[in-house]
Amino acid sequence: MAKITMREAISQALMEEMDRDPAVFIMGEEVGVWGGTYAVTKGFFDKYGAKRVKDTPIAENAIIGGAIGAAMVGQRPVAELMTINFGFSAMDYIVNQAPKLHYMFGGQFKVPLVIRAVGGGGRQLGATHSQTPDAVFAHFPGLKVVSPGTPEDAKGLLKSAIRSDDPVLFLEHATMYQVRGEVPEGEYTIPIGKSKVQRVGKDVTIVTYCKGLELSMKAAEELSKEGIEVEVVDLRTLRPLDMEPVLESFKKTNRAVVVEEGWKSYGVGSEIVSRIYEEAFDYVDAPIIRVAQKEVPLPYNRTLEQAALPQVADIVAAVKEVLK
Amino acid sequence: MKKEQQIDLYYQMVLIRRVEERGAELYQAGKIGGFMHLYIGQEAVSTGLIAAREPRDRVITAYRDHGVALNCGISANEVMAELLGKATGMSKGKGGSMHMADTSKNMWGGHAIVGGHLPIASGFAIGDQYAGNDNITICMFGDGATNIGYFHEALNIAKTWGLRVLWVCENNQYGMGTSVDRASAVTEIRQKAEGYGMKNGQVDGMDVLKVYDAAKEALEFVRTNSQPYLLEIDTYRFRGHSMGDPERYRKAEEVKKWQENDPIGIFNKYLLDKKIATRKTLDDIEAQVEEEVIKAVEFAEASPEPAPEELYTDIFAD
Repeated sequence: MAKITMREAISQALMEEMDRDPAVFIMGEEVGVWGGTYAVTKGFFDKYGAKRVKDTPIAENAIIGGAIGAAMVGQRPVAELMTINFGFSAMDYIVNQAPKLHYMFGGQFKVPLVIRAVGGGGRQLGATHSQTPDAVFAHFPGLKVVSPGTPEDAKGLLKSAIRSDDPVLFLEHATMYQVRGEVPEGEYTIPIGKSKVQRVGKDVTIVTYCKGLELSMKAAEELSKEGIEVEVVDLRTLRPLDMEPVLESFKKTNRAVVVEEGWKSYGVGSEIVSRIYEEAFDYVDAPIIRVAQKEVPLPYNRTLEQAALPQVADIVAAVKEVLK
Repeated sequence: MKKEQQIDLYYQMVLIRRVEERGAELYQAGKIGGFMHLYIGQEAVSTGLIAAREPRDRVITAYRDHGVALNCGISANEVMAELLGKATGMSKGKGGSMHMADTSKNMWGGHAIVGGHLPIASGFAIGDQYAGNDNITICMFGDGATNIGYFHEALNIAKTWGLRVLWVCENNQYGMGTSVDRASAVTEIRQKAEGYGMKNGQVDGMDVLKVYDAAKEALEFVRTNSQPYLLEIDTYRFRGHSMGDPERYRKAEEVKKWQENDPIGIFNKYLLDKKIATRKTLDDIEAQVEEEVIKAVEFAEASPEPAPEELYTDIFAD
C-alpha cells in the first residue's frame, strides 16, 4: 500500500484511465496550460496535448452541454467545473439534460460523462463560492452522484465513474486535496453505489461522507478515549444510495448521528434519517440527530465561517446526546 | 436535382402536412397528450435541408420535430405511435411529440428546452472532431432560441474550436407569441453570427429548392473549411405555437398573406409548370400519403401501451 494525497489519487485515476482508453479526454476551465486550478491536472497538458486536455472558454453551458454531446456520440469526456458553485450556471445540463437523455429517448442515447467539481466551505471564499449543494444534485433520478472521503475511494470511484455509461457527478472537497491515505498498488476500481463501514464500533452509528467522514473519524478518536466506540458508515455515493450497510449498522447500535457539510434542511441527513425510520423503526432507541451547516449563507470572516460549518465538537456532542 | 428526387421532396412535404393534420385531430380527440407543436407551413425548411446532408451528418432540432423526424427517414408509423405514447414509438412512448429521435437515422432528437440543444450540438461536433472524421452536425432551432445564453456559448465555442456545425435558424417570425422585433436586438438573425466572425447566409424558407441549394453550399463550406456556418431560413408557421395557442399576437390577414406562399402549393405549381411532374403524379402522391397516414394511425392505435416495467427501465444505462 502506498500513502498518497487525495489530489494524487484523483490525478492518478485520470491518468490511468486516459492511458487505458483513448476515448477519455478532459475539458474545462484552466485544466490544460494552467494545470488545473487545484493542480489536479498538473502535467497533463504536456503529456497528452491540447487534443485530450481541452482548455475551454469560461462558459459552463458550453462545457457541460458540449461534454454531454461528445459523450452521446461515443467519447468519454471528463468535464471539470472549476467549482460546483459554477455548476449552477450549467444546472440545465447537470440535472435536466444529462440525467434524462437515456430514459426520455427510450434508451437510445448513452451519456458516459463524468463531471468533476470541487465544493465545500472553509476557505473563506464567501457565500457564492463555498457551498456544499450535494443534496440538490442527488435529488434527480438518472444522475449518479459520488463524493469520496478517502484517497483510496477517490481513485477507485473516479475510475468506475469514467467507465460508467451514465452521467456521474464527482464531488471533491476544497479542503481535502492534501488528505493522505493508503491506496492499493496497481489497478483497482471501487463500485459506484456501495456504502462502506470505515470504522467498526458498537455504540452509535455515524452516517456521513466526504468532508463529514474526515470530521467523523476525528470525533470517533476522541470518543474512543472516553470509551465510546462509534461505527462510521461512509455513503461514498449519494445516488444510487446504498442503505444496506447503514441499516445493518443501525440494527446493531440502535442509535445514529448523520453528519454532512451541507445545510440541514432538505439535506442528505434528512433522507438518511427518513430511510432509517421507514426501514428500521423497530430498532430506534433514541431520536436520530443531524449535524450539518447552519442555515446561513457562508460568511467570509474565518471565525463566523467556522461557526457555520459542522465541527468535530458538534459530532462528539451529538453522539453523547443520542446515548443519553 | 434529378426529377425523381424533386418528386420525392414533394412527397415528403405532403407526408409531413398530412401526418400533422391527422395528429392535430387526434390531439383534439384527446388521444395525444402534452404539448404538440405543428410544423405546418415550415415543411420546405427541413425537407430541403435534410435532403442536402450526407447520411453521416447528424441532425438535432428543437421540439417542433415531427417533420424533421419524417425527413430523416423515421416512418409515419413510428411518429404516430410516439405521439400516442405507444411502446412502438421510437422513444418507446416515453418521449412524446417533442422527443423524437432515431440514432440509426442520425436523427438526434427533438429537444424541448429552448436553446438547450445548441451546446449539445457543439458537443457532437467536439466528439466528431476528436474522432477525426468530417461529419457535420446540423443543428436547427427557432428565432426565439437566439436570444438565450446557450446560443452564444455554443456559437462561440464552435468558431473558436473550428467545429463542423451547420447552425440553422428557422426564423418563423415568432418565439411563441412574441415577434422577433419585440425580442431580438437584430431582426435579421444571421447578423448574430457576425459577432463571432462566423460565415452566414439567409434564404427563403418557403421554397424547398432554394433551401436545398443554400444548405448544400453551407454544408460544403463547413466540411471543407472545418468551420461552423449559420444559415437563417425565413419561414412561417401557419398554425399556433402549440395546440393550445389562442393566437392573440398576430392578425388573420398576416397569416393569410403567408399562407398564399404555402411551400407545398409553390412547389406543386413549380413541378407542374416545369413539367417535372404531371397532375396525375402529384395526385397519386396525395393518395399514397393519405393511405400511409391512415395505416400509421391504425398501427399506432393497435400498438400496445408500454409495459408497466418500462417505468423503471432505462433510468441508468449501466
